[in-house]
Amino acid sequence: MTGVVVVGASAAGLSVAETLRRQGFDGRITLIGDEPELPYDRPPLSKEILSGQWPNERVWLRDEAAIAGLELDLRLGVRADGVDPAAKTVTLADGATVGYENLVIATGVRPRWLPGTEGVPGVHVLRTLADARSLKDLLAREPRLVIVGAGFLGAEVASVARTAGAQVTLVSDLEAPLADVLGRDLGALLIGVHRERGVEVVTGVLVEQVLTAGGRAAGVRLADGRTIEADAVLVSIGSVPNVEWLAGSGIECGNGVLCDEFCQAGPGVWAAGDVASWRHPSLGTRLRIEHRTNAAEQGMAVARNILAGGDPVPFAPVPYIWSDQYDLKVQIYGLPRGADRFALTEGSVDERSLVGLYGKDDRVCAAVGVNKIRAVRAARALVAAPTSWDAAFHREGTKV
Amino acid sequence: MHVTIDEEKCCAAGQCVLAAPEVFDQRDEDGIVVLLKAEPDESQHAAVRDAAAVCPALAIVVHE
Repeated sequence: MTGVVVVGASAAGLSVAETLRRQGFDGRITLIGDEPELPYDRPPLSKEILSGQWPNERVWLRDEAAIAGLELDLRLGVRADGVDPAAKTVTLADGATVGYENLVIATGVRPRWLPGTEGVPGVHVLRTLADARSLKDLLAREPRLVIVGAGFLGAEVASVARTAGAQVTLVSDLEAPLADVLGRDLGALLIGVHRERGVEVVTGVLVEQVLTAGGRAAGVRLADGRTIEADAVLVSIGSVPNVEWLAGSGIECGNGVLCDEFCQAGPGVWAAGDVASWRHPSLGTRLRIEHRTNAAEQGMAVARNILAGGDPVPFAPVPYIWSDQYDLKVQIYGLPRGADRFALTEGSVDERSLVGLYGKDDRVCAAVGVNKIRAVRAARALVAAPTSWDAAFHREGTKV
Repeated sequence: MHVTIDEEKCCAAGQCVLAAPEVFDQRDEDGIVVLLKAEPDESQHAAVRDAAAVCPALAIVVHE
């Protein structure tokens, strides 16, 4: 028995290790992470850590005693360089080789940069604690900040930065930012709130170039020729799965590590968290989810399947995400993307308190709540069990 | 088993209520976790451990 090697020491990797121990596994668990810090949580980075609401130490996923209690072979600050599935070994950047019986790939994602901007002073991304600290230091100077990309991350940073007194311009290549995930009505609601709070929102135009002066970011030039001056630029245009280290291993990768419905990528090879692309059995589609709740749930599922031997269970979660912007809490169960209809069951856009359902092919595919926490949780049942659109509204009471 | 919660860390995801509805609830106004049973029955221990593990805010601590 050569134990379990988990590559990636963030939410998903730690969840694997904890669940293995909780289920009674007493073999060796090697947890490898390329960041020097103990495992920490990422959602607060763009929220409570950036705003200063929380001291930095609240970001640890577990305290030192709890980590020690897991009796891990913990290798932090060292990157895994490659895998040899035939020899069942992982090689590390420090030259070490670790053998495994089961390998869990939980290496997550990294931010996409605008071409040529990586490392340019004044250009930021937000993924790590170090990124958050550097962005927080910047916000303390109440800068002019251009945020490139208006997904949840860009929008959350805009809300924190604006509240901290920065002069914020949020630039999206989409005509209707957030409409791809939330639909037009709610995308417009959120963007409207940003404008109301004084964020300049520029839509439907690509950023062509980050401008520099004296080697530092000084603004951006847009594809339509406009320029926006700034003291700093945050690039939040999505992420890239960290799979390059698996090149040549034979482990199949595409948009992430390609797994079956059990989150297995090959004999004794599994993946969990942001990097894992797996076949969702009931949705009948391949998914890769970059959200915190999924990382914990998928880590638990992988640990259980490792211990299940020949009797693994398909991983079939109801995806859950949340986003905090100003005084709005947005919560989503299911996958709104690709929905062909949307209707409210409670509240209204004007009240900024609502529950809505998204439908696709006459089925409910997602439920969203804005400042309606219990009600949206109740609506989750309509997503968890296949529910026809009409039946959902019969049950929920129509308010279209 | 003894359960404690950290209201300040809670992010109102409600995953705990889904995992162990007899032990956890949420406040109406802001969704913050409410602990219904600090000493849950043995039949609920597994569900409570799941709730703590899946809480995306790490707001639940289980003492055993």
